[in-house]
Amino acid sequence: MTLGSVPLKYRISIDRDQCMKCMRCVDNCSYGVYRIEDDKILIDSRKCTACHRCLSMCPRDAIMLQERPVDYRSHPLWTAEAREDVINQSRTGKIILAGMGNAVDYPIIFDRLVLDACQVTNPSIDPLREPMELRTYIGKKPSRLEFTKSNGDIDLKTNLTPNLKLDTPLMIGHMSYGAISLNAQLSLAKAVAETGTFMGTGEGGMHEAIYPYQDHTIVQIASGRFGVDINYLERGAAIEIKVGQGAKPGIGGHLPGEKVCSDVSCTRMIPLGSDAISPAPHHDIYSIEDLAQLVRSLKEATNWEKPVFVKIAAVHNVAAIAAGIARSSADAVVIDGFRGGTGAAPKVFRDNVGIPIEAAISAVDEKLNDQGIRNEVSIIASGGIRNSGDLAKSIALGADAVYIGTASLIALGCRVCGNCYRGLCPWGIATQKPELVGRIDPEIGSQNVANLIRAWTLELSELMGAAGLNSIESLRGNRERLRGYMLDEGLLDVLKVKSVGA
Amino acid sequence: MQVEPLVIDVKGMHYTPLNKQIRAAVASGVREIVLNNVLGQRFIANGLRGDVRITVNGVPGGDLGMFMSGPECEVFGDAEHAPGNTMDSGTLVIHGSAGDAVAHSMRGGSVFVKGNIGYRGGIHMKEYEDKRPILAIGGTSHAFLGEYMAGGLILVLGIGHDPAVRDRGIGSGIHGGEIVIRGDVSERLLGVGAMKVEFTEEDLERISPVIKEFCERFDLDPSKFLDTHYCRIVPSSSRPFAGKYTWE
Repeated sequence: MTLGSVPLKYRISIDRDQCMKCMRCVDNCSYGVYRIEDDKILIDSRKCTACHRCLSMCPRDAIMLQERPVDYRSHPLWTAEAREDVINQSRTGKIILAGMGNAVDYPIIFDRLVLDACQVTNPSIDPLREPMELRTYIGKKPSRLEFTKSNGDIDLKTNLTPNLKLDTPLMIGHMSYGAISLNAQLSLAKAVAETGTFMGTGEGGMHEAIYPYQDHTIVQIASGRFGVDINYLERGAAIEIKVGQGAKPGIGGHLPGEKVCSDVSCTRMIPLGSDAISPAPHHDIYSIEDLAQLVRSLKEATNWEKPVFVKIAAVHNVAAIAAGIARSSADAVVIDGFRGGTGAAPKVFRDNVGIPIEAAISAVDEKLNDQGIRNEVSIIASGGIRNSGDLAKSIALGADAVYIGTASLIALGCRVCGNCYRGLCPWGIATQKPELVGRIDPEIGSQNVANLIRAWTLELSELMGAAGLNSIESLRGNRERLRGYMLDEGLLDVLKVKSVGA
Repeated sequence: MQVEPLVIDVKGMHYTPLNKQIRAAVASGVREIVLNNVLGQRFIANGLRGDVRITVNGVPGGDLGMFMSGPECEVFGDAEHAPGNTMDSGTLVIHGSAGDAVAHSMRGGSVFVKGNIGYRGGIHMKEYEDKRPILAIGGTSHAFLGEYMAGGLILVLGIGHDPAVRDRGIGSGIHGGEIVIRGDVSERLLGVGAMKVEFTEEDLERISPVIKEFCERFDLDPSKFLDTHYCRIVPSSSRPFAGKYTWE
């Protein structure tokens, strides 16, 4: 018995009075929505992903897109999506693959937290007039400093471990070459170099085009160990061990063979067209002691000159895990919340596994403080940070800095259509097809990303000034400058935040 | 200019000063280093580059030669966890047995183990163009040999063991490379995605240099290993997960 087709997800229509048949929509759509027959533009709406490439390129605003043009019988439990997933799986018997982050309508804690500002009793600070100290050091801080004094000279006796120096507490997270295109990665690299911050290379080695910006990269070593050799480790300003990812905690990753073109195969050092499989665990890490061994091995290989980060997904026991990481010689723990983005993840993981970053930051910061080891590691938060408000709130909850991913891709054109895993990204981001990759000019792309970083940095300064703070250290972990609005008592206790009015 | 070999008594020494000393010696042109009284020092020759031979007398700790690129390390003793981990090129020769995850994610070079290895040997070994790592084992291996293997060669001679391997999960998730095991391997020991194929005369011709080198390194007679009495295990697909997913 056939199940027939499901209703259209999106309907595309063209205002034929407006259309001047410039054919830009036909040329730009990599999913094949448009075609020309007898001088007429025909539309196959079923192929549309709502990536907005055609709309953004249409000079006459003649294209209209409508989501879910067909109604199902409304039902609060059996949503259209729930029904269509069942139909899909009863057809295929397979795991549903999805792109981008968690798409379930969970409450957003950031939107239930409000920031403080000064009124009357303590003056706010104008960042135009006063210096705002946003410089952030990522890495271990000594628990105490010792000095030697001789003939009136004072010298520092304590050995300081290497730290990363950030001009703004905002970095770009790990998106590998392979998952995203070289032009996308190059745009991000140029932007972080220009704004005095860092980007992650992801697990996929480093393409030689990124070498000029290597001092602004954090190289990643994940369970697949793709593209990892001593040169790669030495190139990065820091090294990150990826244990987990917020979009798919507990599982590995598969870069499909279609995305392994000759350049990707060369950078990852695997054969052309073969799947790049990152197993779920690191098979040399089966315990917290093994993690310490890998951290130290990386430090030993690079002469103890590089900070080593450990990235985990935010899961139920995140605080205890982070406390273990803090004792492993690692310099920073990266926590990726359940809204973190991805090129591809099983939908059931993306939408159901893990916890929100807001709760994870607070729980980790609290645990490390309680144990007196907060100085041993910096906390880098990621997973669903959309604007400078989220950034400021993350820091007030206890993060040292944040990673952004999706936001930086939106600055390159991404419209969050969530079809990254298909390798046909019309914006030239999540694709390796040369004709699509060429749509990003890294000079322009990097300016867009740098603008975004600068804009958030300016806004962060303004928010801090308004709260009477002139240094980022005064905001970090400063939950007194946050209030919870309509959050329940249990969550307020986890966040260690008072209710509004209290 | 001939530089004198460097002999270090590493008794009670921490691995960091030891590796610093090794690196400094290699940088100054030393080509031969002998480490005596090694007992559990991890990360020996970690990330080390260059043309140098290191003799390890004793039992080194975990991650011997991790990220190593070029040198040769010969161990007169057993080795711990993951020797040859993510090794890039060079050679490890172990006159004893080794722990789990030997040659983990190894990318090039050779690891020769005279005795046995633990679990997950050769896990996720890779290859790219002319870089084809080799893990050769004289004795036997525990479970999950060549798991997720993406390239290279694993050879198990099974000396003193019949069958050569009796633990399960051989080549589970293998999607590149080959595992060659002396004698026959029971079908039930193969992992998901692994497939047994006939070991032919051409295979022997291809692999005999590895057999000969192994025997030469451990002073064995190669003639009794130079026949087609092997079982060859290869991936049933280079894309083991291609059929697992449907799009949203």
